[in-house]
Amino acid sequence: MAIEVRIPTILRQYTGGAKAVQASGGSLSSLIDDLEAQHPGIKARLVTQDGALHRFVNVYVNDEDVRFTGALDTGLSDGDSVTILPAVAGG
Amino acid sequence: MVTLRKSADGYGGNLLVVLTIDRSVRDAIVAHARRDHPDEACGLVAGPVGADRPERVIPMTNALRSMTQYDFEPGEKLRAYREMDDRDEEVVVVYHSHTATEAYPSRTDVRFASQPASHYVLVSTRDPDEVEFRSFRIVDGGVTEEEVRVTESVPD
Repeated sequence: MAIEVRIPTILRQYTGGAKAVQASGGSLSSLIDDLEAQHPGIKARLVTQDGALHRFVNVYVNDEDVRFTGALDTGLSDGDSVTILPAVAGG
Repeated sequence: MVTLRKSADGYGGNLLVVLTIDRSVRDAIVAHARRDHPDEACGLVAGPVGADRPERVIPMTNALRSMTQYDFEPGEKLRAYREMDDRDEEVVVVYHSHTATEAYPSRTDVRFASQPASHYVLVSTRDPDEVEFRSFRIVDGGVTEEEVRVTESVPD
């Protein structure tokens, strides 16, 4: 199973500078675990200690923001594309 | 903890403590802020990777349509980042406006500032006649104000 994951500039320190990597997983949660196995340290930037998606990143699966598709429970299939972007918000 | 310092001569050379921005870019940001007032306006300015030159203004829709908060509309943000990637650009400036308070990063702004390599521009439209336009670096939760140098490009 191969899913392309696009990595934002701020997280490329974990992927040796790569802006896209391959990973696998049936859900976003397991994909992130696979990312962590290949690129140690990256999971802590994506998932909080409570096991929720960090509010400082936005994740898209096939162009849909996962906040609207079940967050970490979002299901993934072979050939899907995942994009991680920094959250840009404030007040 | 990152410490930002000016270069020895106090001017230029150090990319970290000055925002150099063309007047047309600055004016576009201010116009956007005025247009969305009293809601907070937000957007990006893209430029060639590594050049620290804010060239292409990308106004974004504030998905929250709020007078006190902003968040980029997710679909627009994805398209903007993809486009920057295709064009070998990066985010040089993240800008947003405060419509009733000063042009200084709020606690929320600092908490959410996740791009240490970008300049954070704050515009305040609290005064209808005089706009405040200030720029900051936000690194590891620390705010450093920087000089804004407005350049005038020669019209073709």
